[in-house]
Amino acid sequence: MRIELQKRARVSTLFSVLSPLLALVLTLIGGAILFWALGKNPGSALYSFFIEPLLEVWSLHELAVKAAPLILIAVGLSICYRSNNWNIGAEGQFTIGAITGSILPVLYPEWHSPMILPLMLLMGIAGGALYAGIPALLKTRFNTNEILTSLMLVYIAQLFLDWLVRGPWRDPQGYNFPQTKSFQIEAVLPEMLASGRAHWGFAFAIIAAVALWFMMRFMLKGFEVQVLGQSERAGRFAGFSARRMVWFSMLVSGGLAGLAGISEVSGSIGHVQPSISPGYGFTAIIVAFLGRLNPLGIIASGLVLALTYLGGEAAQLSIGISDKVSRVFQGLLLFFVLSCDTLIHYRIRLIFAGSQAEAKG
Amino acid sequence: MKKLIIALAASAALLGGFSTGAQAQEKKKVCFIYVGSKTDGGWTQAHDRGRIELEKALGDKIETPFLESVPEGPDAERAIERMARSGCAIVYTTSFGFMDATVKVAAKFPDVKFEHATGFKAGPNLATYNSRFYEGRYIQGQIAAKMSKKGVAGYIASFPIPEVVMGINAFELGAKSVNPDFKLKVVWANTWFDPGKEADAAKALVDQGVDILTQHTDTTAPMQVAAERGIFAFGQASDMIAAGPKTQLTAIVDTWGAYYIKRTKALLDGSWKSEQIWDGLKDGILTMAPYTNMPDDVKAMAEETEAKIKSGELHPFTGPINKQDGSEWLKAGEKAEDGVLLGMNFYIQGVDDKLPK
Amino acid sequence: MFEAILLTVITAATPLVIAALGELVTERAGVLNLGVEGMMIMGAVCAFAATQMTGSPYIGIVAGIVGGGLFSLLFGFLTLTLVANQVATGLALTILGLGISGQLGESFVGQPGIKLQPIVIPLLSDIPFFGRVLFAQDLTFYLSIALVIGINWFLFKSRRGLKLRAIGDNHGSAHALGINVIRTRYLAVLFGGACAGLAGAQLSLVYTPQWVENMSAGRGWIALALVVFASWRPWRVLAGGYLFGAVTIGQLHAQAFGIGIPSQVLSALPYVATIVVLIIISHNRRTTLINTPASLGKAFVPDR
Repeated sequence: MRIELQKRARVSTLFSVLSPLLALVLTLIGGAILFWALGKNPGSALYSFFIEPLLEVWSLHELAVKAAPLILIAVGLSICYRSNNWNIGAEGQFTIGAITGSILPVLYPEWHSPMILPLMLLMGIAGGALYAGIPALLKTRFNTNEILTSLMLVYIAQLFLDWLVRGPWRDPQGYNFPQTKSFQIEAVLPEMLASGRAHWGFAFAIIAAVALWFMMRFMLKGFEVQVLGQSERAGRFAGFSARRMVWFSMLVSGGLAGLAGISEVSGSIGHVQPSISPGYGFTAIIVAFLGRLNPLGIIASGLVLALTYLGGEAAQLSIGISDKVSRVFQGLLLFFVLSCDTLIHYRIRLIFAGSQAEAKG
Repeated sequence: MKKLIIALAASAALLGGFSTGAQAQEKKKVCFIYVGSKTDGGWTQAHDRGRIELEKALGDKIETPFLESVPEGPDAERAIERMARSGCAIVYTTSFGFMDATVKVAAKFPDVKFEHATGFKAGPNLATYNSRFYEGRYIQGQIAAKMSKKGVAGYIASFPIPEVVMGINAFELGAKSVNPDFKLKVVWANTWFDPGKEADAAKALVDQGVDILTQHTDTTAPMQVAAERGIFAFGQASDMIAAGPKTQLTAIVDTWGAYYIKRTKALLDGSWKSEQIWDGLKDGILTMAPYTNMPDDVKAMAEETEAKIKSGELHPFTGPINKQDGSEWLKAGEKAEDGVLLGMNFYIQGVDDKLPK
Repeated sequence: MFEAILLTVITAATPLVIAALGELVTERAGVLNLGVEGMMIMGAVCAFAATQMTGSPYIGIVAGIVGGGLFSLLFGFLTLTLVANQVATGLALTILGLGISGQLGESFVGQPGIKLQPIVIPLLSDIPFFGRVLFAQDLTFYLSIALVIGINWFLFKSRRGLKLRAIGDNHGSAHALGINVIRTRYLAVLFGGACAGLAGAQLSLVYTPQWVENMSAGRGWIALALVVFASWRPWRVLAGGYLFGAVTIGQLHAQAFGIGIPSQVLSALPYVATIVVLIIISHNRRTTLINTPASLGKAFVPDR
């Protein structure tokens, strides 16, 4: 048996909608087999993964808390990847944004002004953008590959944060433990509703996604991103500068990652500590591609991925599925979603030795 | 297409069919939140051993659900809240980084009890607990000074937090009680858990002339390096004798089980109070692995010290002790206060390292 | 002491070099597999499990290679047959690999491993100074050197290597010339996975003979960076790997020596050094461009 792809004449609208559903079905089947093989009840496992986290209000809030940084970072990255700039260092930009955004509350804990929060957010954006500016500068000036530089800068940022909170920023009243003072109330990003923990970071994520969607769809800049991403030569003929695009895409994605960083620290944690991200910057890369690099798609994919984290926890607690198994399940889900997307652009033919039979189309 | 719809419908039915609600619980839930995986071979596994012991001891009255690999930060708050909502009577949060998350959730759920390991923030329904690891380190220091020919030991440290600094100082104090000129070289691996890096740090120390290794990181990699290079070493968190049958002198074994059983019994009989507990060797929250690979007189000395610490006759941090720069910290006979130890951020004399400020 | 430090550097650098060499061949064929970390950890767990069960680390090495290789075929199937996005699939492969290896290895945690012993080459190992460093090593070191030489010859001197590079530079024209793009890419992915698996086996059999979850601890990512650092040339992978290893070990020695610089600053040195050296060697835009596979990461579907 052989699998052959045939390019569709047009992008299949039907399958743009259907492919995630098909992927979900395949994941349910694959997951059921996995859980059954491990001696767990497949029904209740899948229920814990996909339904349980959605049944309670507090849990929906948690979903928003978990999805916000993923979406915020991923929409920025989508601009990078569309324009062929391989920023894989969002984790570092997130970290630096969290640091620069926290300068005011850490150094001026007595400053009680409504101005402090907007300033923090701006400084977070600036910090993330500047940090992403380093690979941009190195790429445009010295021709240095941004995959390497942005990745290496992640480790440097994390060590810098580590040094800060264990050294100069340490809370003097905190028994010399590595964290800063808790932020003053004015410096905490407020919750959106009284019913749970979701803070304005989620709103930022949605706003950013819609704004970038609008840009990509209706503005010349969006066209420029796509043309330069397809071919630098074609872009040059259209009068676009690849060099400026490096700067634009890196600064936008860095700025958004920085915003995610300060929102997370100010809204969810309330102080700075050595570990502020469980790898959001890397997970967001998957989120970006899962959302097909479309900002609106990214909102959906960010929520789905966040759901699998919450669901993994729920499954651990309700039926004792280990976190390793939930990682495996998450991997399965990603594989199915990614491969089902193929159906949007291609017809899949199964070719058996001798006879030819068409499967799904 | 049709097939697809059928498949969808079938799976939906499957889901509905199995989605049983929560069953009535008679046993009390004693819940645990882990920062690592329960088979990490280090810190978290030690807590999980404690949980299993607890279940063995009181399994007819309680059950012990747990969440593993919970990242510190907002995820922790969610995980703890999920625990509180799922009907846990008490939640043990077993990593320092869970402190503020535990405080927040504890305030929201006054009827649930919480205990946070190694932190310093308590509340009406939030206790803290910790283990006096430094007592074991002091004994190790004494053994090191007896066993080392060169008078220099190497210390593989994780991160400069008070717990680790306290351990380094206790080790050096123990060593100096035997050999006043004993030196300690420190390498910060900047990780709790990376076998490769821990091995590299161990090799660097051995290459710089230490002939005893001790570690405050989680894997057995340094023990393996010591075995290979033919020097002695101390295990950390678990008995690591399997990794170095001819190498391990002893190990500090985290035996949280004793503590969990004690506190859970208190919970069951209604005598549980919020306390800030710092248990030591005498309470069984840590134990020394068998003293091996050493002459009888060294073993006798170690056992004697252990007995003295257990009886309260010996407190490792008893003056006279000078700080690294030679200035006086504790006068002769003076004992360090717990508060100072818990926030320790300076070295004592004899440690050959500069502490990051 | 200098000899001992060199040995430490070699042990630290070898897994990076091997994994990076495999990824280099994969990328030269135009496929970007970001799942090195996942394949590496699969290799580590397979190698350790096989060694514990058979008692022979050589069987372990084979198991590591097979484990990493088979795991990479999953990536191959998704990205080559089903043309799924390579970047996302590679990252998903890492998530899956960390999960599966943790599950498989659960019962092996805490078991002392069996170390792959050095093969001492008589006479050569008696050469003063370099003898012991170069000729009294374990199999994985010799393999890493053989791989550098072999891959260099294959890519730049052999016909098949030429074809492979042609595919990486422009799969459309390569296909038009009658080269089987998909098959070659499958082999390249398989080779990359096998190398990552071998690198993983080195971790659990040589570097630190034990199994713990996540024991690769980000080394797959460093290997990926090394390929870029080397601008897709095998000898530079070797140089880059040893540079990274040397700075990593050097900073630990600096600490043990007690020079009083914050350890975080020292720990950041390998990353800073890598960036700085890359800036110096990549200023010449032309040589960089020549070596960068032009169709890297792009999907290919043959039209029939």
